[in-house]
Amino acid sequence: MWKIDKDQCKGCELCIAVCKNEALKPGKERNSKGYLVPEHISKICISCMMCDLICPDMAITVTREKEKCEKS
Amino acid sequence: MNPLAEKYLRKEALPTIFCPGCGHGSVLNATIRMIDKIGIEDFLFVSGIGCSSWLPVFIKADVIHSLHGRSIAVATGLKLARPEKKIVVFNGDGDCLAIGGNHLIHAARRNLDITVVTLNNYIYGMTGGQMSPGTPTGGKTKTSPYGNNEKPFDAVTLAIGAGATFVARETAASPVKITKTLTKAVAHNGFSFVEVMSQCPTQAGRNIFGKAAPSDLFNILKENAVSKKGAELTSSQFRTGVLHHDEKKTAFRTVNELLKTEA
Repeated sequence: MWKIDKDQCKGCELCIAVCKNEALKPGKERNSKGYLVPEHISKICISCMMCDLICPDMAITVTREKEKCEKS
Repeated sequence: MNPLAEKYLRKEALPTIFCPGCGHGSVLNATIRMIDKIGIEDFLFVSGIGCSSWLPVFIKADVIHSLHGRSIAVATGLKLARPEKKIVVFNGDGDCLAIGGNHLIHAARRNLDITVVTLNNYIYGMTGGQMSPGTPTGGKTKTSPYGNNEKPFDAVTLAIGAGATFVARETAASPVKITKTLTKAVAHNGFSFVEVMSQCPTQAGRNIFGKAAPSDLFNILKENAVSKKGAELTSSQFRTGVLHHDEKKTAFRTVNELLKTEA
Protein backbone atom coordinates (compact mmCIF):
# COMPACT_ATOMS: atom_id res chain seq x y z
CA MET A 1 0.00 0.00 0.00
CA TRP A 2 1.32 3.45 -0.97
CA LYS A 3 -0.21 6.45 0.73
CA ILE A 4 0.62 10.15 0.59
CA ASP A 5 -0.48 12.91 2.94
CA LYS A 6 -1.13 15.53 0.26
CA ASP A 7 -1.07 18.52 2.62
CA GLN A 8 2.37 17.57 4.03
CA CYS A 9 3.98 17.27 0.57
CA LYS A 10 6.21 20.15 -0.59
CA GLY A 11 6.62 18.88 -4.16
CA CYS A 12 10.43 18.49 -4.03
CA GLU A 13 10.29 15.38 -6.29
CA LEU A 14 13.07 13.59 -4.35
CA CYS A 15 10.82 10.51 -4.26
CA ILE A 16 10.76 10.54 -8.09
CA ALA A 17 14.58 10.85 -8.21
CA VAL A 18 15.05 7.92 -5.83
CA CYS A 19 12.51 5.53 -7.43
CA LYS A 20 14.37 2.79 -9.33
CA ASN A 21 11.26 1.37 -10.99
CA GLU A 22 9.83 4.68 -12.22
CA ALA A 23 6.61 4.00 -10.35
CA LEU A 24 6.32 7.69 -9.45
CA LYS A 25 5.87 10.53 -11.92
CA PRO A 26 5.43 14.33 -11.62
CA GLY A 27 1.81 15.04 -10.77
CA LYS A 28 -0.67 17.51 -12.20
CA GLU A 29 -2.79 17.92 -9.09
CA ARG A 30 -2.01 20.76 -6.63
CA ASN A 31 -2.42 20.53 -2.85
CA SER A 32 -3.70 23.25 -0.50
CA LYS A 33 -0.29 25.04 -0.55
CA GLY A 34 0.00 24.96 -4.35
CA TYR A 35 2.67 22.26 -4.66
CA LEU A 36 2.42 19.54 -7.31
CA VAL A 37 1.89 16.18 -5.58
CA PRO A 38 3.56 13.16 -7.33
CA GLU A 39 1.43 10.47 -8.98
CA HIS A 40 1.83 6.80 -8.12
CA ILE A 41 1.49 3.88 -10.52
CA SER A 42 0.62 0.94 -8.28
CA LYS A 43 1.09 -1.71 -11.01
CA ILE A 44 4.86 -1.09 -11.28
CA CYS A 45 5.58 -0.37 -7.59
CA ILE A 46 7.55 -3.09 -5.77
CA SER A 47 7.27 -1.47 -2.28
CA CYS A 48 11.02 -0.99 -1.89
CA MET A 49 10.27 1.84 0.57
CA MET A 50 12.98 4.19 -0.78
CA CYS A 51 10.48 7.06 -1.21
CA ASP A 52 9.27 6.50 2.37
CA LEU A 53 12.87 6.65 3.68
CA ILE A 54 13.96 9.72 1.70
CA CYS A 55 10.83 11.93 2.04
CA PRO A 56 11.98 15.10 3.89
CA ASP A 57 8.46 15.85 5.11
CA MET A 58 7.48 12.29 6.05
CA ALA A 59 4.38 12.51 3.84
CA ILE A 60 4.74 9.07 2.20
CA THR A 61 3.83 5.80 3.92
CA VAL A 62 4.59 2.43 2.33
CA THR A 63 3.23 -0.71 3.95
CA ARG A 64 4.19 -4.11 2.63
CA GLU A 65 1.34 -6.57 2.20
CA LYS A 66 2.31 -10.04 3.36
CA GLU A 67 -0.27 -11.93 1.28
CA LYS A 68 0.82 -10.27 -1.94
CA CYS A 69 4.45 -11.31 -1.32
CA GLU A 70 3.56 -14.94 -0.61
CA LYS A 71 1.42 -15.31 -3.74
CA SER A 72 3.96 -13.94 -6.21
CA MET B 1 1.44 11.16 7.52
CA ASN B 2 3.99 8.47 8.27
CA PRO B 3 3.09 6.53 11.48
CA LEU B 4 6.64 6.99 12.84
CA ALA B 5 6.37 10.75 12.30
CA GLU B 6 3.03 10.79 14.12
CA LYS B 7 4.63 8.96 17.03
CA TYR B 8 7.83 10.97 17.41
CA LEU B 9 7.22 14.42 15.91
CA ARG B 10 5.39 17.45 17.31
CA LYS B 11 2.32 17.75 15.09
CA GLU B 12 1.68 21.36 16.03
CA ALA B 13 5.16 22.35 14.72
CA LEU B 14 4.74 20.63 11.33
CA PRO B 15 5.28 21.21 8.44
CA THR B 16 9.03 21.64 8.94
CA ILE B 17 10.71 24.99 8.22
CA PHE B 18 12.99 23.38 5.61
CA CYS B 19 12.76 24.42 1.95
CA PRO B 20 11.33 21.87 -0.54
CA GLY B 21 14.04 19.28 -1.29
CA CYS B 22 16.30 20.14 1.66
CA GLY B 23 18.50 17.23 2.78
CA HIS B 24 17.98 18.06 6.45
CA GLY B 25 14.44 16.69 6.22
CA SER B 26 15.79 13.32 5.06
CA VAL B 27 18.20 13.34 8.02
CA LEU B 28 15.25 14.03 10.37
CA ASN B 29 13.46 11.08 8.76
CA ALA B 30 16.53 8.86 9.36
CA THR B 31 16.89 10.17 12.94
CA ILE B 32 13.36 9.19 13.97
CA ARG B 33 14.04 5.69 12.64
CA MET B 34 17.17 5.57 14.85
CA ILE B 35 15.11 6.79 17.85
CA ASP B 36 12.52 4.08 17.12
CA LYS B 37 15.25 1.41 17.43
CA ILE B 38 16.68 2.68 20.76
CA GLY B 39 13.73 4.31 22.57
CA ILE B 40 12.99 8.02 22.96
CA GLU B 41 13.21 8.14 26.80
CA ASP B 42 17.02 8.10 26.89
CA PHE B 43 17.58 11.05 24.56
CA LEU B 44 18.35 14.71 25.10
CA PHE B 45 18.90 16.93 22.07
CA VAL B 46 20.95 20.11 21.82
CA SER B 47 21.24 22.40 18.80
CA GLY B 48 22.74 25.76 17.88
CA ILE B 49 21.53 28.29 15.34
CA GLY B 50 20.94 27.72 11.64
CA CYS B 51 18.79 25.64 9.31
CA SER B 52 20.32 22.40 10.60
CA SER B 53 19.68 23.35 14.23
CA TRP B 54 15.94 23.37 13.63
CA LEU B 55 16.06 19.61 13.09
CA PRO B 56 15.67 18.34 16.71
CA VAL B 57 13.02 20.98 17.50
CA PHE B 58 10.37 18.82 15.79
CA ILE B 59 11.15 15.73 17.88
CA LYS B 60 8.97 14.97 20.94
CA ALA B 61 11.91 14.93 23.39
CA ASP B 62 13.75 17.41 25.60
CA VAL B 63 15.52 19.89 23.32
CA ILE B 64 17.76 22.90 24.00
CA HIS B 65 17.93 25.34 21.09
CA SER B 66 21.06 27.13 22.29
CA LEU B 67 23.32 30.01 21.18
CA HIS B 68 25.11 30.18 17.84
CA GLY B 69 28.12 27.86 17.92
CA ARG B 70 27.76 27.01 21.62
CA SER B 71 25.75 23.82 21.20
CA ILE B 72 28.67 21.55 22.19
CA ALA B 73 29.46 23.77 25.22
CA VAL B 74 25.83 23.44 26.37
CA ALA B 75 25.94 19.67 25.73
CA THR B 76 29.11 19.40 27.86
CA GLY B 77 27.31 20.97 30.82
CA LEU B 78 24.26 18.80 30.22
CA LYS B 79 26.38 15.63 30.17
CA LEU B 80 27.94 16.54 33.55
CA ALA B 81 24.49 17.13 35.05
CA ARG B 82 22.78 14.10 33.47
CA PRO B 83 25.50 11.50 32.82
CA GLU B 84 23.01 8.65 32.28
CA LYS B 85 21.32 10.29 29.28
CA LYS B 86 22.29 9.97 25.61
CA ILE B 87 23.03 13.45 24.32
CA VAL B 88 22.88 14.18 20.61
CA VAL B 89 24.00 17.55 19.23
CA PHE B 90 22.80 18.77 15.83
CA ASN B 91 24.67 21.65 14.23
CA GLY B 92 25.63 22.94 10.82
CA ASP B 93 28.93 23.62 9.09
CA GLY B 94 28.93 27.30 10.05
CA ASP B 95 27.83 26.51 13.58
CA CYS B 96 30.28 23.67 14.24
CA LEU B 97 33.35 24.57 12.15
CA ALA B 98 33.40 28.39 12.16
CA ILE B 99 32.08 29.94 15.37
CA GLY B 100 32.00 26.72 17.40
CA GLY B 101 35.26 25.24 16.10
CA ASN B 102 37.00 25.55 19.45
CA HIS B 103 34.22 23.76 21.30
CA LEU B 104 34.39 20.88 18.82
CA ILE B 105 38.14 20.27 19.16
CA HIS B 106 38.10 20.53 22.95
CA ALA B 107 35.11 18.18 23.38
CA ALA B 108 36.94 15.74 21.07
CA ARG B 109 40.17 16.14 23.09
CA ARG B 110 38.33 15.31 26.35
CA ASN B 111 36.60 12.37 24.66
CA LEU B 112 33.29 13.36 26.23
CA ASP B 113 30.51 10.80 25.77
CA ILE B 114 28.25 12.78 23.40
CA THR B 115 27.27 12.45 19.74
CA VAL B 116 27.77 15.41 17.42
CA VAL B 117 25.96 15.38 14.06
CA THR B 118 27.18 18.10 11.69
CA LEU B 119 24.99 18.77 8.66
CA ASN B 120 27.31 20.21 6.03
CA ASN B 121 25.42 21.95 3.23
CA TYR B 122 28.42 24.00 1.94
CA ILE B 123 26.86 27.40 2.76
CA TYR B 124 25.19 29.62 5.38
CA GLY B 125 21.67 28.91 4.18
CA MET B 126 19.43 30.68 6.69
CA THR B 127 21.15 34.09 6.55
CA GLY B 128 21.09 34.31 2.75
CA GLY B 129 23.93 32.31 1.21
CA GLN B 130 27.22 33.60 2.62
CA MET B 131 30.53 31.69 2.27
CA SER B 132 31.08 29.12 5.03
CA PRO B 133 34.12 26.99 6.02
CA GLY B 134 32.50 24.15 4.07
CA THR B 135 32.24 26.03 0.74
CA PRO B 136 34.36 24.24 -1.91
CA THR B 137 37.22 26.07 -3.67
CA GLY B 138 35.88 28.15 -6.57
CA GLY B 139 32.31 28.15 -5.24
CA LYS B 140 30.48 31.40 -6.01
CA THR B 141 28.40 32.69 -3.09
CA LYS B 142 26.93 36.06 -2.10
CA THR B 143 30.13 36.98 -0.22
CA SER B 144 32.55 35.42 -2.74
CA PRO B 145 31.17 36.58 -6.13
CA TYR B 146 34.46 35.78 -7.97
CA GLY B 147 34.73 32.28 -6.50
CA ASN B 148 36.02 31.09 -3.15
CA ASN B 149 39.85 31.06 -3.11
CA GLU B 150 40.13 29.22 0.21
CA LYS B 151 40.27 25.50 0.88
CA PRO B 152 37.22 24.02 2.69
CA PHE B 153 37.54 22.46 6.15
CA ASP B 154 37.81 18.66 6.24
CA ALA B 155 35.73 18.19 9.39
CA VAL B 156 36.37 14.45 9.63
CA THR B 157 40.18 14.80 9.59
CA LEU B 158 39.90 17.62 12.11
CA ALA B 159 37.87 15.45 14.50
CA ILE B 160 40.27 12.49 14.16
CA GLY B 161 43.25 14.79 14.77
CA ALA B 162 41.62 16.32 17.84
CA GLY B 163 41.06 12.87 19.38
CA ALA B 164 37.46 11.85 18.64
CA THR B 165 36.99 8.09 18.96
CA PHE B 166 34.10 7.48 16.53
CA VAL B 167 34.22 9.46 13.30
CA ALA B 168 31.97 8.85 10.28
CA ARG B 169 30.68 10.64 7.22
CA GLU B 170 27.47 10.01 5.27
CA THR B 171 25.39 11.82 2.67
CA ALA B 172 21.74 12.80 2.88
CA ALA B 173 21.24 10.69 -0.27
CA SER B 174 21.68 7.42 1.70
CA PRO B 175 19.09 7.45 4.52
CA VAL B 176 19.54 3.79 5.52
CA LYS B 177 23.27 4.33 6.09
CA ILE B 178 22.59 7.43 8.21
CA THR B 179 20.25 5.43 10.48
CA LYS B 180 22.86 2.66 10.88
CA THR B 181 25.75 5.06 11.52
CA LEU B 182 23.77 7.14 14.04
CA THR B 183 22.78 3.97 15.92
CA LYS B 184 26.47 3.00 16.16
CA ALA B 185 27.52 6.53 17.13
CA VAL B 186 24.97 6.75 19.96
CA ALA B 187 25.97 3.31 21.28
CA HIS B 188 29.69 4.24 21.26
CA ASN B 189 31.16 5.21 24.65
CA GLY B 190 33.18 8.33 23.84
CA PHE B 191 33.08 11.33 21.52
CA SER B 192 31.24 10.43 18.29
CA PHE B 193 31.35 12.78 15.33
CA VAL B 194 29.15 12.21 12.27
CA GLU B 195 29.34 14.58 9.32
CA VAL B 196 26.32 14.39 7.00
CA MET B 197 26.75 16.04 3.59
CA SER B 198 23.41 17.56 2.67
CA GLN B 199 21.93 19.38 -0.32
CA CYS B 200 20.69 22.97 -0.15
CA PRO B 201 18.67 23.72 -3.31
CA THR B 202 17.83 27.30 -2.33
CA GLN B 203 21.32 28.71 -1.65
CA ALA B 204 24.15 26.25 -2.41
CA GLY B 205 22.32 24.72 -5.37
CA ARG B 206 21.65 27.97 -7.19
CA ASN B 207 24.96 29.70 -6.37
CA ILE B 208 27.68 27.03 -6.07
CA PHE B 209 26.44 24.19 -8.28
CA GLY B 210 24.28 26.20 -10.69
CA LYS B 211 21.37 23.77 -10.35
CA ALA B 212 18.21 24.44 -8.39
CA ALA B 213 16.46 21.06 -8.78
CA PRO B 214 16.83 18.92 -5.61
CA SER B 215 17.12 15.75 -7.72
CA ASP B 216 20.21 17.11 -9.57
CA LEU B 217 21.94 18.03 -6.30
CA PHE B 218 20.98 14.62 -4.93
CA ASN B 219 22.79 12.97 -7.88
CA ILE B 220 25.88 15.21 -7.35
CA LEU B 221 26.07 14.01 -3.71
CA LYS B 222 25.77 10.39 -4.83
CA GLU B 223 28.54 10.79 -7.45
CA ASN B 224 30.92 12.49 -5.00
CA ALA B 225 30.51 9.96 -2.18
CA VAL B 226 33.18 7.23 -2.25
CA SER B 227 32.64 4.37 0.19
CA LYS B 228 35.34 2.03 -1.20
CA LYS B 229 38.43 1.90 1.00
CA GLY B 230 41.73 3.01 -0.60
CA ALA B 231 40.06 4.41 -3.73
CA GLU B 232 41.67 7.53 -5.20
CA LEU B 233 39.71 10.73 -4.87
CA THR B 234 39.28 13.70 -7.19
CA SER B 235 39.11 17.22 -5.71
CA SER B 236 35.31 17.23 -5.36
CA GLN B 237 34.96 13.70 -3.95
CA PHE B 238 34.93 12.66 -0.28
CA ARG B 239 35.07 9.39 1.65
CA THR B 240 31.97 8.04 3.40
CA GLY B 241 31.34 5.38 6.02
CA VAL B 242 32.88 4.84 9.46
CA LEU B 243 36.36 6.34 9.04
CA HIS B 244 37.76 5.98 12.57
CA HIS B 245 36.67 3.79 15.48
CA ASP B 246 38.80 3.50 18.63
CA GLU B 247 37.23 1.54 21.50
CA LYS B 248 40.34 1.41 23.71
CA LYS B 249 40.50 5.08 24.70
CA THR B 250 38.51 5.74 27.91
CA ALA B 251 35.69 8.27 27.89
CA PHE B 252 35.78 11.48 29.96
CA ARG B 253 35.10 11.11 33.70
CA THR B 254 34.82 13.93 36.24
CA VAL B 255 37.24 14.23 39.19
CA ASN B 256 34.44 13.17 41.57
CA GLU B 257 33.87 9.95 39.64
CA LEU B 258 37.60 9.20 39.57
CA LEU B 259 37.91 9.74 43.35
CA LYS B 260 34.92 7.45 43.97
CA THR B 261 36.47 4.59 41.98
CA GLU B 262 39.87 5.05 43.70
CA ALA B 263 38.46 5.05 47.24
